[in-house]
Amino acid sequence: MIDRDQVLHVAKLARLKVTDDEVDRMAEELSKILEHVETMNELDLEGVEPTSHVVDLTNVLREDVPRPGLSREQALDQAPDAAEGGFRVPSPGAS
Amino acid sequence: MSDELLNLTAAQQADRIEAGEVSADEVFEFWRVRAGGDDLGSYLWVADEVPTDAGTLPPIAVKDLFCVEGVPSMAGSRILEGYRPPYTATSVRNLQAAGARVLGKTNQDEFAMGSSNENSGFGPVQNPWDRERVPGGSSGGSAAAVAAGTAPWAIGTDTGGSIRQPASLCGIVGMKPTYGAISRYGMIAFASSLDQCGPLTRDVTDAAILLRHLQGKDPCDSTSLGIPGELPLPTAERLDGLRFGVWGMEEPGLEPGVADSVRATLGRIEELGGGVKEIELPNARHGIAAYYVIAPAEASANLARYDGVRYANRSGHGDLTSMYEQTRHDGFGDEVKRRIMIGTYALSSGYYEAYYGTAQKVRTKIAEDFSAAFEEVDFVVSPTSATVAFKLGERTADPLAMYLSDYYTVPMPLAGIPAISIPCGLSDGLPVGFQIAGPAFSEAGILDAAHALEKAIGFEGVPVG
Amino acid sequence: MTITEPEARIYEPVIGIEIHVQLRTRTKMFCGCALSFGEEPNTLVCPVCLGHPGTLPVTNAEAVHYGLMIAMAFGCEIAPRSIFHRKNYFYPDLPKGYQISQYDIPLGTGGRLGDVRIHRVHLEEDAAKLIHAGSSGRIHGASTSVVDFNRGGTPLVEIVTEPDLTSAAQAADFGRLLQATLRRMGVSDVNMEEGSLRMDANVSIRPAGTATLGTKTELKNMNSFRFLERGIDAEIARQEQIVREGGELEQETLHYDPQSGSLTSLRSKEEAHDYRYFPEPDLVPIAPTEEMLERARAALPELPAARAERLERDLELPAETARLLAFRSDWGDFVERAIESRNALAHSVANWATNELAARVGDGDPSATMLEPKAFADLVEMVVQKQISASAGREVLDVLIEAGGEPASVVEAKGLGRAESGELEQIVDRAIADNPDAVEKIRAGKGQAIGAIVGAVMRETKGRADGGEVQRMINERIGS
Repeated sequence: MIDRDQVLHVAKLARLKVTDDEVDRMAEELSKILEHVETMNELDLEGVEPTSHVVDLTNVLREDVPRPGLSREQALDQAPDAAEGGFRVPSPGAS
Repeated sequence: MSDELLNLTAAQQADRIEAGEVSADEVFEFWRVRAGGDDLGSYLWVADEVPTDAGTLPPIAVKDLFCVEGVPSMAGSRILEGYRPPYTATSVRNLQAAGARVLGKTNQDEFAMGSSNENSGFGPVQNPWDRERVPGGSSGGSAAAVAAGTAPWAIGTDTGGSIRQPASLCGIVGMKPTYGAISRYGMIAFASSLDQCGPLTRDVTDAAILLRHLQGKDPCDSTSLGIPGELPLPTAERLDGLRFGVWGMEEPGLEPGVADSVRATLGRIEELGGGVKEIELPNARHGIAAYYVIAPAEASANLARYDGVRYANRSGHGDLTSMYEQTRHDGFGDEVKRRIMIGTYALSSGYYEAYYGTAQKVRTKIAEDFSAAFEEVDFVVSPTSATVAFKLGERTADPLAMYLSDYYTVPMPLAGIPAISIPCGLSDGLPVGFQIAGPAFSEAGILDAAHALEKAIGFEGVPVG
Repeated sequence: MTITEPEARIYEPVIGIEIHVQLRTRTKMFCGCALSFGEEPNTLVCPVCLGHPGTLPVTNAEAVHYGLMIAMAFGCEIAPRSIFHRKNYFYPDLPKGYQISQYDIPLGTGGRLGDVRIHRVHLEEDAAKLIHAGSSGRIHGASTSVVDFNRGGTPLVEIVTEPDLTSAAQAADFGRLLQATLRRMGVSDVNMEEGSLRMDANVSIRPAGTATLGTKTELKNMNSFRFLERGIDAEIARQEQIVREGGELEQETLHYDPQSGSLTSLRSKEEAHDYRYFPEPDLVPIAPTEEMLERARAALPELPAARAERLERDLELPAETARLLAFRSDWGDFVERAIESRNALAHSVANWATNELAARVGDGDPSATMLEPKAFADLVEMVVQKQISASAGREVLDVLIEAGGEPASVVEAKGLGRAESGELEQIVDRAIADNPDAVEKIRAGKGQAIGAIVGAVMRETKGRADGGEVQRMINERIGS
């Protein structure tokens, strides 16, 4: 039900590296879970509204007033690689 | 004094502090030493000294995923190893403001994904009733600590049963309030529309005290409401006039010993004047399926921020994609990866309607089931867990089997309603949990009913010390 | 039936524009950090906009207000209940690994601005900024970038038009109207160079007169209306050439380089993102109340398109002048204040404003000078009534701009008033007497010779006389 290729595609979307031996095991485990998940299709859900919000609230809004945040030191404190006042990363689309 | 404190509930200790018989700092130090001596794997961090700010309540053990400023908060995951938040969760701040200081951070299934605490990136937790067995999960550390007497009380989080099920397996009280009762700000997120903070305690009164302090509308959490009205401490000793609807006793996976204990409890309800009848929750059987789509889907997005850019660990030397992939491969455990994969798949192009869309509709149906039930009864009751604590390693090979541990607890978060688990007896020497669920914001009623029942049951915890 | 070969067909462009507007609120969309205007990197950040574990978004009320204003300005239908969605993808400038945006239930749908229908208006948050690393250069031989999260979380309104535009010039014009409109509303700086107004174009072509839609490409990164126009023109040409040669067009994203005029592909279809949209569980829906709608409605000023129409109609200004004054509301405000109820002066005041005043003030705001609107109108009136010459008027204007005051006082102080009638007649008579050759020529039919006599009079009066008036007097005396 979910094959190797799909596993690799989904892993790519999720930026998860899966090794070769992991792929097959994943495919098997995920297939089993999805099989159970699909039992939902036994139900007649015609005309049922999906629940996208659990609380019955609307318009929870914040006043447009600045609040103190973090200092740069605090912001960069936990950075794996801080440089030039920012968070350094390999450039996208570069090699 | 030490033996005394060990046998007192948190409320009783608080009374002693208020009466001046013992200082809050002495109480803190006592528990700090107890926590430090924990050998069940319950703790990932213990305070190394009594804090300087004043306290008035016994200290609280908090599940690792609650951000506490300057304290390692890793949600039980290697990907956040060493992460120290620059802020403290609102729920914890509320407790600190009430005078309960943080005792330690408890072990948990990684990112709250699990039902046995075997998915922690830092080792499993043992059940104090039988060290070869699991304490339940994902708040396994919190439950074990309270049960074993290495914490006077604790908080955890419940998304599909992660407070109630470990409470059940460890023979203590655990409660998940109505969704929105307690702020989620500072709770490292698993599934946003399901996660709720809640107490794990020795008795119902302690749970009520914590709930009072924890709840409230928080400007930092748009989905928070607090619990409207008063939340008085429970005092009920009878259940006259209350109607209890029991559900799920015919499930094939229900252990006979658990069923017996639950039936005995139903008998006690009737003795206390309550009415018991069987009810149906026709769509609840699909709760697991819906839950294991919705929770992973939300989680797949919530965990996307763990990318090695701004905090915690980073792996991979090479291009950006390698950095992402290696960081996440190295940092996340197997269960987390599985759920991210399922969640991503369920949301991906072409599959949304079939999986996520369908699951959200099943969710509506389950909520409707409860609404209908609450027209006939005041509370819906059931076993909390189909089994008593299972052995370490017993279910790790089969993820689906592990998921089915959540059968009785999953429908309530899907419907957003509150539920409590109280110990109701033993089966083969291991605790059985009895679950009481009520309509949204019926916490006061649930606590009262649980209080009366608890007294009647008279459950004895694990001998500690 | 003859089938027209691709080479011989006429193609028409089909263009839609996607606009991102940074709002001028005080704080970010979902947290209380102040907005950045060139501050040091990572100094306007907090756990929320850095995407720290456990943080949650809370919607900015003012951003919603501005969003409603924009949707109403276009006459959009306001959704009674709109929700936020998560748009999921990985990029270093996206701290949560998803952008909070709106998907299938946006704030507003179906409106219009000028000739162009508006498809939708929605709210979202801006990404952070990726700066190419300077001295940090390379690690392990690979190039690096540095992320600055100051901009991350800035409130954005996204506006998407229907593909109603039929030329690059029209697209640029639409852009200018949109910019003027949003600027008038005060909801954004709408500065394309600074990035508070970003416009992308979706371009396709089809055989003229047909209704089908061809493959469309997306053009990004044009940071001026001129470049937008050139880029679109270049893309239309590129598409036409491919189609005429019988080739197939690919759906792709292109970058236009104004220096070289070339179009380069940024992303191809294979890399198209699967955004896995789902409703944002951390936020609740926006259900605009009567109060919110009324507040947005009341906050809408007269918009440029409407103002231009009114100026043309009520003040009888030429269309181009009306447009100029409507698109620059500071100029329109100044001119209308100057005219006040003296509608008879409208034409002249507007004319002087768009010519003489504009030449002196340039791109700035006329009310930022010392010149008072009423003084400006008074000055124009003096010229119109020939109390002073036009060139004297220009001299007075310079003074008023610099030092303020009343035109009458400046005229008197500088002695720029009209020469007394009698005095002028004497000067004219003298000039005629001094230039008999010119008089001869004029009588002989060479009208231009009058210039010498006029010039003499002007010199004598130091330019205070009105040239036309002098000419009339000369002709009167000469009898031609």
